[in-house]
Amino acid sequence: MQALTNRSRAVSRKPLSFWESLYLPAILKGMMITFRHIFTKNPTIRYPEQKRPFSPVFRGLQVLNRDEQGRENCTACGLCAVACPAEAITMEGAERQPGEEHLYREEKYAAKYEINMLRCIFCGLCEEACPKDAIYLSETFAPANFTRKGFIYGKEELLIPNPITEPEAYALAKGGKVTV
Amino acid sequence: MSEQPLLTVTIDNITIQVPAGTSILQAARKVGGDVAPPAMCYYSKLEGSGGKCRTCLVEVSKGSEKDPRPMPKLVASCRTNVMDGMEVKNITSPRVTDARAGVVEFLLINHPLDCPICDQAGECHLQDLSYEHGKEGTRYEFQRRTFKQHDLGPYIQLHMTRCILCYRCVYTADQLTNKREHGILDRGDHSEIATLIEKSLENNFIGNVIDVCPVGALTDKTFRFKNRVWFLKPENAHRECPDCCGKVTLWNRGDEVFRVTARKDEWGEVESLADGSTAWICNTCRFEKKKSSDWVIEGPRKISRHSVISQGHYEGKVGTTVPTEIFSAVHGGRNPKLLMDIHSVSEVNRPEIQLSQIAGPSTGNDFTTGKD
Repeated sequence: MQALTNRSRAVSRKPLSFWESLYLPAILKGMMITFRHIFTKNPTIRYPEQKRPFSPVFRGLQVLNRDEQGRENCTACGLCAVACPAEAITMEGAERQPGEEHLYREEKYAAKYEINMLRCIFCGLCEEACPKDAIYLSETFAPANFTRKGFIYGKEELLIPNPITEPEAYALAKGGKVTV
Repeated sequence: MSEQPLLTVTIDNITIQVPAGTSILQAARKVGGDVAPPAMCYYSKLEGSGGKCRTCLVEVSKGSEKDPRPMPKLVASCRTNVMDGMEVKNITSPRVTDARAGVVEFLLINHPLDCPICDQAGECHLQDLSYEHGKEGTRYEFQRRTFKQHDLGPYIQLHMTRCILCYRCVYTADQLTNKREHGILDRGDHSEIATLIEKSLENNFIGNVIDVCPVGALTDKTFRFKNRVWFLKPENAHRECPDCCGKVTLWNRGDEVFRVTARKDEWGEVESLADGSTAWICNTCRFEKKKSSDWVIEGPRKISRHSVISQGHYEGKVGTTVPTEIFSAVHGGRNPKLLMDIHSVSEVNRPEIQLSQIAGPSTGNDFTTGKD
């Protein structure tokens, strides 16, 4: 039969020689390889204490942006949802009422905004599609959770802290990012 | 009247025969496809419309068989009738494409770039026009004009900043209703669509101005901000209506009727019925029948695959039936041990909130009822 690749070899059925049937030399040879690795450089890191820096193009958990005055940028235009290949984003728009001008930047806003992190593939197309600078992929992971319910992220999870009403949380969130 | 001879006209090297009195635009639409010039103000179903926006400019390279001189300037194809032996250049003429790009730039000078908010986005003719014929940037450096907000009643939302003054809604009110209540006030840069003394538009057929508006200047207040058109499912439906033909397009989300519009043909105009009349619909059908039980659904509507509305749009049986749950059949009668009902977690598309039943635009309060 013709071999499919040139890497395949026929199995040798020859009986073991005396030197091979001792086994000990082969064991020692294997031990040598193992011990040598004690002195080489460790490829792993101790994760929670040590962290590797993210690449500047890393795409992590989404955040919903606010402008300098703390108003939400998102207008529920639906472009992120239509761009999303995994159909992870859903939203419902509402009209801004008089007196809500300090909360929302434009006359329409997202009353509900949800990203299903079980569906999200972190491709970043939502960020690319957004005409209002409202959605960004941050440099953090979606934290692990025991239930699937914990992966439906609403506006409370996604919105960045308000720089006017919660300046400490805003500074913390800003400082927590790796600056390029 | 005796039968008139057909005139031969060549548009972009395609020759067709049309009856006398046909405009170049109508002849080009008979050819179809890219040959048909875009039109923002011309509306074949409205008498006297056209000649205002200049987007349908074409080059006439040969006037007629008897007088073969070319026309010196580009002509508005919606207002110029064909002559025998006429040769017209639309997309084959660089002069036309250049002029059209200029026209688009002029139309966009005062048009706000609020497509992310505008309910017309996705079915806006100006969006399509600027995408296909416009330039990327604008050279205009000044403030765009703004207007005082006019309230046109509980059904129609007017955004004057988006208006391109095509006059289609004025002709609609003139020709469909017995008394026109709105019009264009002032002149030049200040001209605006309004009722002179602020009052609501009440006529039963006035809702058709929403369908004829090529931009988002006149939109449906009962649909305002409730959803984007490309997330909705257009379906043909009809009902027995004493006032109008009752043949409409429903824009559904699930079984909820979010919006009702007239049926539009490939040129974005309201379709003609079998008897030749136009399928205008009345306000009752458009604004008040927002339950699926009010309608007899005929099936999904055909949508051009170049339109954003065709995303997630299925035709035929797929679009009308709910797939059956086969999990337990496949697993020998066993049901899944862990099952997450998305509605138990998600706050979007909650089944108990009937957005389509809210009369005006949805507000933040509409979403806070029930849960929390």
